[in-house]
Formats: sequence, structure tokens, C-alpha cells
Amino acid sequence: MNWLIGAVLFLILAPITGGLIAGIDRKITARMQGRVGPPLLQPFYDVGKLFEKERAVVTTAQNFYVLAYLIFIALSGALFFAGGDLLLIVFAFTLAHVFLVLGAYAVHSPYSHVGAGRELIQLMAYEPMIILAAVGFYMVSGSFYVADIVTTTVPAILYLPGVFLGFAVILTIKLRKSPFDISTSHHAHQEIVKGITTEFSGSTLAQVEIAHWYENVFLLGFVFLFFAWNPVIGIVAVAITYLAEIFVDNVTARARWQAALKSGWLAAILGIVNLAILSYMMLGGA
Amino acid sequence: MAFLKRSPWILHYDASSCNGCDIEVLACLTPLYDVERFGIINTGNPKHADILMITGGINELNRAVVKNLYEQMPEPKVVVAIGICAATGGIFRECYNIAGGVDKVIPVDVYVPGCAARPEMIIDGVVKALGILEEKRAKMTGSAQAKEETRHAAEAGEST
Repeated sequence: MNWLIGAVLFLILAPITGGLIAGIDRKITARMQGRVGPPLLQPFYDVGKLFEKERAVVTTAQNFYVLAYLIFIALSGALFFAGGDLLLIVFAFTLAHVFLVLGAYAVHSPYSHVGAGRELIQLMAYEPMIILAAVGFYMVSGSFYVADIVTTTVPAILYLPGVFLGFAVILTIKLRKSPFDISTSHHAHQEIVKGITTEFSGSTLAQVEIAHWYENVFLLGFVFLFFAWNPVIGIVAVAITYLAEIFVDNVTARARWQAALKSGWLAAILGIVNLAILSYMMLGGA
Repeated sequence: MAFLKRSPWILHYDASSCNGCDIEVLACLTPLYDVERFGIINTGNPKHADILMITGGINELNRAVVKNLYEQMPEPKVVVAIGICAATGGIFRECYNIAGGVDKVIPVDVYVPGCAARPEMIIDGVVKALGILEEKRAKMTGSAQAKEETRHAAEAGEST
């Protein structure tokens, strides 16, 4: 029953938490830039507003793809909080982004296509690292199941520092933060129009935004796994990681897509080295 | 619900402005004025925008562009003409290539005068536009309801 409660709680609470995190993010970002910033609930106003707008759709297929994106993001997050198989979660997560890319390609707009292409590059950049993180958890806890990883008493972060650092790098890509916000960005609203979300408007854009909230909560849950042996430290570590991401977002300029790809794969190499040393140590110990 | 008033996204277009008003528009986004306090975001995308801010008069080349931008914005939407050139063509109005103010091409809801319009005036204009935006939304979402109500009002008017 526990798994069901976890999944249901995620589906209900994640949009609320994700929206609040987005609100705090915008507030802190504004303060870092010497501004007052929007109200805390601004992300909810934005999404509420988008649902009030006219449904201007170029190709009806795009709505279907974006809905699939939202559903699969919610599904991967729900599986995660239900304690499911990490590999299945990662693949459902990837599939969700493939739907988003298809949605952007469904419209004949060069801006949308550029954004979609860049989203694919991002996918290539972070995919190896996210799978390596799953493998790392398997090596530490002996299971791919989130339920087992969470209950393990081994402090995963001590065994997987390289994997964690690598994951922090791709987290920047996933949270759509500078320097890797190449496909679409929270800040630069005028560059390549709006990248992958250019052709989405009204409630479709709102769905993309809600999916992003789900995604952020899921990713922060993933960060928590590294510190799961002690929930208090875990929550503090998640908060610090997110604050660091906001800081990096504000002090860096956007990199080229080549740099994003290289960084993602360098992070993966860091992860592989970490795992190689870990497996060597484990073999030596046995 | 009045989410629209709390989250107006802006599309800024420079028709044939001298750039003076554009600098003032962008000044609104700086830490000094920080319009994001009101949830205002400067988008570069007509499909995400609620308020179209135009500076400068309409010339023969951007007539089609302005019309296109306006038509790509989903309802409800408002247009704010910023600066005297956007209102009437300003000092350029007698030029051979200037058609006049923005209202020669698309309906304008708020005129912000000035050469250049000051950031305070622009923010005032946007706040005024928010009221109109809310009216338009109410009209759009509750059009059936509004029709009903006006019918009732008309009936009541007849009976008295």
C-alpha cells in the first residue's frame, strides 16, 4: 500500500511543491539581481492565466504530444515516489521528453524546430549521466528499486561523490538553467523566440509548465537519494543543491550547445571513473 | 478568477521608433522599476503575449508585420501604443513613408503619450491596459452569461 500512497501523494502534491519552488526560485533570482521580484505565488498566477487564454492551436497533434509529455513526466515521478525500478523511471522520463520534442516538431516553425533540435542535444548530453547515477545506486544498495535505495543505511554520497557532481552538472541542464538553458529558458524570453515552447500557447503551454514542476520535484527527489540514509541531511542537501543551481544560473551566461554536450559527457566520464574506482574497491574488499 | 491581471506578458515591438521609447520600455525591466513585481514578463513571442506594446509610427514596410503580430496573439489581448509617434505618427507623421499612428492598422486600447514616454507613464499605461484586459476576458469567458444578463437587464428596462 505504501507505494500507492507515495505515487498518489506525488501526483497531488508535486505541482504545488514544484510551483512553490519555482516561485522561490524567481524571488531569489530577483534578489540576486537587485530586484524585488514577483510574488511567491507568481508561477500559479502564470499557469492560471494560461488556462484563461484562447486556445490558439497550429496543429492539433502538438496538444496530444504535450499531454503525453505531461503524463509521462507525472508517471516517471509517480513511479519514483512509489519506490519503483530506477531504470524504468529513467526510460519513462526520457520518453516524456521525446514527446515534447515531437510536439515541437509537429509545427512548421523554424524557431520551434531549432528548440526541438536543441532539446534532443540536451537529451544526448544528460542521458548517459542519469543512467550512470542509477547504476551507481545499484552498486551501493544492491537494488535498482527506489524503495530499497531509500531504506539503505549506506551513505551513498560517500561512495558516489563523482556521480553526485556529475548529476549536479546535468541537473543544470534539466532545470533549464544557465549555462545550459539552450532549448528554452526561464530568463531569456527573446532568444530564438522561445525555443521549444515557441508554438505552444494557452493551456498547452500551461501543461508544459506543470510538467516542468513535476519534473523538478522528481529531480530533487533523485538528489535526495544520495543522502537518503539521513533524511534531515538529505533535505538540507537538496535545498543547498537547488540554491547552488540558482546561483550558477545567475552568474553564468548561456554556453553553446557544443559546450552543453561536452559538459554532459564530461560529467558522465566523472561518473564512470567514480563507478570504476568503486567497483575496484568492492572487488578488493570481497 | 483574475489570473490574467496578475500575469500579463508583454510583447514589445519597435515599429519605426527612434529607439527613445524602446529604451524607456526596457528601463521598466531594470532593477529600478522592476515590472516583474507585477508578474510582467517581456516575452519575445506573440503566442505567449497578452499585451502588445508598440513604439513608433506605422510605415509601409511594417504594416503587415504589426498586423501579423497582433493576429498571432491569442485572445484576450490589448495593445498599448507608447510614445507620441505610436499615437499619431508624431514628428514623422508627414513623412512620405509613415502611415500614422498604430491605430491605422490595429485597434489600440491605451495611448501612452510622451517623447520619449517615461517609464512611470509606461507602467501606468500597462496598469490601465490590465483593466481593459480583464474586461475583455470577462467578455470572452462569460460571453454567453453576459448575453443572458444583458437580456435580463433589457427586459427589466422595458418593464420599468
